[in-house]
Amino acid sequence: MRKMGEISLINCFWLLLTALFPSCVFCSSVEQKIYIKLNETSPCVRLLNATHQIGCRSSISGDTGVIQFLEGRTDLDWILSSGPHPPYMVVMETAFFTRTVMMEMKNSSRVAGVAVIISKKGVGSSFSPHTSCPNQDTGVYSARYGPEFARCNTTIWNPLGNGLSYEDFPFPVFALKDENQTQIIRRCYEDHNQQVNGSAPRFPLCAMQLFSHMHAVVDTVTCMRRSDLQNQFSINPVELCDPLSDYNVWTSTQALNNSAKGHAKNQSVIIAAARLDGRSFFWEEAPAAEGTVSGFIALLAAVQALRAVTREAPPRRNILFTFFQGEAFDYIGSSRMVFDMEQKKFAIDMDNVHGVLEIGQVGLRGGDLWIHSDPVSRQNSSIGDKVNTTVQELISISKGLNVSLKEPQVSQPLPPSSFQRFLRSRPIPGVVLTDHETHFNNRSVTSLERVQSGSTHSQSEREDHFFSTLAFSHFVFLSENVTAGRSRYYESMYDDAENLNVTYPPNLTPEEQLVHVTAAAESLAAVGTLVARSLYLQADGDMSRLQEIRADTTTVAQLLYGFLVEKNNSWFRSLLPPDISKPASSILGPGPPQFYIGLRQEGSSRIHLVTLIVQHVLANMTGTITNLTETQCRNPGDVSTADRDFYSYFWVSGASSLNSSESASGSCVRASVRLSKAVSPAFEKHEYGSRDFSTWTESRWSKIEARVFLQASPELQMLTLGVGVAVLMSSLLVTYFISSKAELLFGSAPRETPTTTY
Amino acid sequence: MTLAVFFGCAFIAFGPAFSLFIFTVAKDPLRVIILIAGAFFWLLSLLLSSLVWFISVKASNSSDPALSRGLLIFGVFFSVLLQEVFRYAYYRLLRKANEGLAAISEDDTSSISVRQMAYVAGLGFGIMSGAFSMINILSDSLGPGTIGIFGDSQFYFITAALMTLALTLLHTFWGVVFFDGCEKSRLWVVAVVVSMHLLVAGLAGKQLRKRLLHKTLSAPSLVRT
Repeated sequence: MRKMGEISLINCFWLLLTALFPSCVFCSSVEQKIYIKLNETSPCVRLLNATHQIGCRSSISGDTGVIQFLEGRTDLDWILSSGPHPPYMVVMETAFFTRTVMMEMKNSSRVAGVAVIISKKGVGSSFSPHTSCPNQDTGVYSARYGPEFARCNTTIWNPLGNGLSYEDFPFPVFALKDENQTQIIRRCYEDHNQQVNGSAPRFPLCAMQLFSHMHAVVDTVTCMRRSDLQNQFSINPVELCDPLSDYNVWTSTQALNNSAKGHAKNQSVIIAAARLDGRSFFWEEAPAAEGTVSGFIALLAAVQALRAVTREAPPRRNILFTFFQGEAFDYIGSSRMVFDMEQKKFAIDMDNVHGVLEIGQVGLRGGDLWIHSDPVSRQNSSIGDKVNTTVQELISISKGLNVSLKEPQVSQPLPPSSFQRFLRSRPIPGVVLTDHETHFNNRSVTSLERVQSGSTHSQSEREDHFFSTLAFSHFVFLSENVTAGRSRYYESMYDDAENLNVTYPPNLTPEEQLVHVTAAAESLAAVGTLVARSLYLQADGDMSRLQEIRADTTTVAQLLYGFLVEKNNSWFRSLLPPDISKPASSILGPGPPQFYIGLRQEGSSRIHLVTLIVQHVLANMTGTITNLTETQCRNPGDVSTADRDFYSYFWVSGASSLNSSESASGSCVRASVRLSKAVSPAFEKHEYGSRDFSTWTESRWSKIEARVFLQASPELQMLTLGVGVAVLMSSLLVTYFISSKAELLFGSAPRETPTTTY
Repeated sequence: MTLAVFFGCAFIAFGPAFSLFIFTVAKDPLRVIILIAGAFFWLLSLLLSSLVWFISVKASNSSDPALSRGLLIFGVFFSVLLQEVFRYAYYRLLRKANEGLAAISEDDTSSISVRQMAYVAGLGFGIMSGAFSMINILSDSLGPGTIGIFGDSQFYFITAALMTLALTLLHTFWGVVFFDGCEKSRLWVVAVVVSMHLLVAGLAGKQLRKRLLHKTLSAPSLVRT
């Protein structure tokens, strides 16, 4: 890049001096000499709900500030009060990305923006930007139902949550993910911005500009009202925000008639649920390993485990597996499904539901698995009995499986889970399985210790001295006999494969990694087996066949690899349609998938990649291969309508397409896997200020960009302007003077007229 | 580098040309026409020379920097010559036009002398060449950043504006001298103009190469030249 830069440098100088060659090889190479564009950044964007806006935004032409690295208290004082060149663009390591620092900067007018260097080395022992009581207003506990449990009165589920994701920052916050670019910024800073012997640095100073202007303001009600006005009156409407939306995925052991909405005759259904989404402080950065992936992989393992036995000895009741999207944002998916069931717009309705079993975070159980239930509905004897039966069944199954299954001792509410939305509709027996007893990172209820300076990270040491005057303190376990990790990174960008202890030996090829069974895979497979057997029993299946139900650890290992490490692997490619899995497609990029729900445009048929993958995995697990051709598969019109009511048809690549051979060796899979819309009912009913349903929308923006450059001193700028004005004035004066006295200066009297000579 | 630098550089680069235009050219429509036609002729010469350079680069099709530099030098040389050729072509055109003007005027003399036409033509060449070299830089000077993060001097904008100013005035002078040399059939005068043009181009290029050499020998860290 340097070499090409030199050649373009040559180009540009030649252009300047002799004005020769109009088109440089790169257009505007002067711009390239001024700015360094930062790729590999993630912004923090603005989200709105019925009453608030959260997130970050920049001004419409970007926010510029002098770069200042935040490495200690003196730097913070420099930024907030003593530095001579405000506003500052704060570049901080992960260790300083805490609530106290961010709130201090939020209240200051000298901060132009924040860039956070994302690296796992510097992160403290915990970081969760989510609130301490997730989804507290849209769960089942309220003033009318279990008021002693409402708003986390009894149990705080996420005590490490600092609520950063839900603050509204008036400046842009970006995440810097590329180590090389961080080095460039650091070099620039060391060359130009560092203080020499306590004196202020001199111009030119290294500066950064962040663009992330958000179009929506105030809250969802205002934004949707303005959008509706635009849509009515403007020829070219400008949308300001979009509701967060995607699709839920569901399937059932006995195929349901999807065109017969409302109550399904003679159907008693057990619902097995898991969530599919996650979030973090930054946009589209949500690895969500422990918070989300562990749960739905266990459920997928259960689906596969049940496939054989439900065909040979189908149980009396139906089992409906659902994967909900948008649960992080006030239960978008589950509230929509419950709403559809109540409105008779779904294949079944609430009368058909016999019970619910939900899988929450199960990745870091370290031996113990906990069963949560709702104490309020259990007071009703019929529901209480059914729950007791389910719990006893689970515990008896677990003995055979070497899983230690327990119920919490105290009368404790349900953790944040999709089951709470079902309970809001009517009391139903149900349980939620998690790896935590009370709050998200607990193994025993007793010892809680403050982080002392004996911590291994020197930066958190500095942070401790730095924040020793805080009232707010972070509690973390320090018990030494912890083997498994713990969920300390709920809904943050650090909740990745490593957090779930999914690591591979270093000398494996990707294909070998795909099938390598880790301890996490075995643990999740055990959970899957447990869930599958319990569902079979709840569905009144044949008890003698219980031992046949077993989740396959290799499949779980493949799922873990695909959803946590590399989504562009051979197994996923064989499951997906050819236009997505072929190498030229950019949809299936490298690396792990992100689980942020995002937006689906109205009328577009694109669905979130994770939803698509889960849909096709389910089709592969529960479906059968038919011998339809591709055109028939895509338009199953010539197939009898009865089948299309009960099944969907998927055209998939198939396992044989390994090397870019163009042979369409795809196959048509018939499965009873369906998608259902996961758009909050508030947007269906146009009640944008609803308190019962999720009203989350994401703002639109036009440009998201970050760039680094040198900023000149104001004196030099004024000098340039002054010289320019002086040159202009003097040239005007001189020219006027000379041209008005031209005859006097240039004329020679005896000659006739000076214009006739030639 | 913000609005102050934008206006400062614009005034430096185009101030004298603007004042010359206002006070000597704008009142007479004939001069305005000659000015604009002169600018157009300069543009034509540039178009042709860039076409030649483009074809030569594509034909050579190599990423060897020495060859690219050699081609560039050849291109510069060729372009300077082509500009002077077009200046001569414009001179011939203006001579023809002068005869026509003399024919249609009442007292059988043209209302504009060749010397005035030379000055206006030179000014046209100068304004267009200045605009060409400066507009790109002016538009980049509007942003918040200044040159320097890769080690270049931060006085680049001022330097560029001053160079443009010099070039505009030089083209004007060359126009006058060149036309005078052609009128009086003094070839050595024409040769002096061409060689001065080549000299200016060469000096600037040499300065550039020297600065680049210094940069590559310095440490990889960002060192201000």
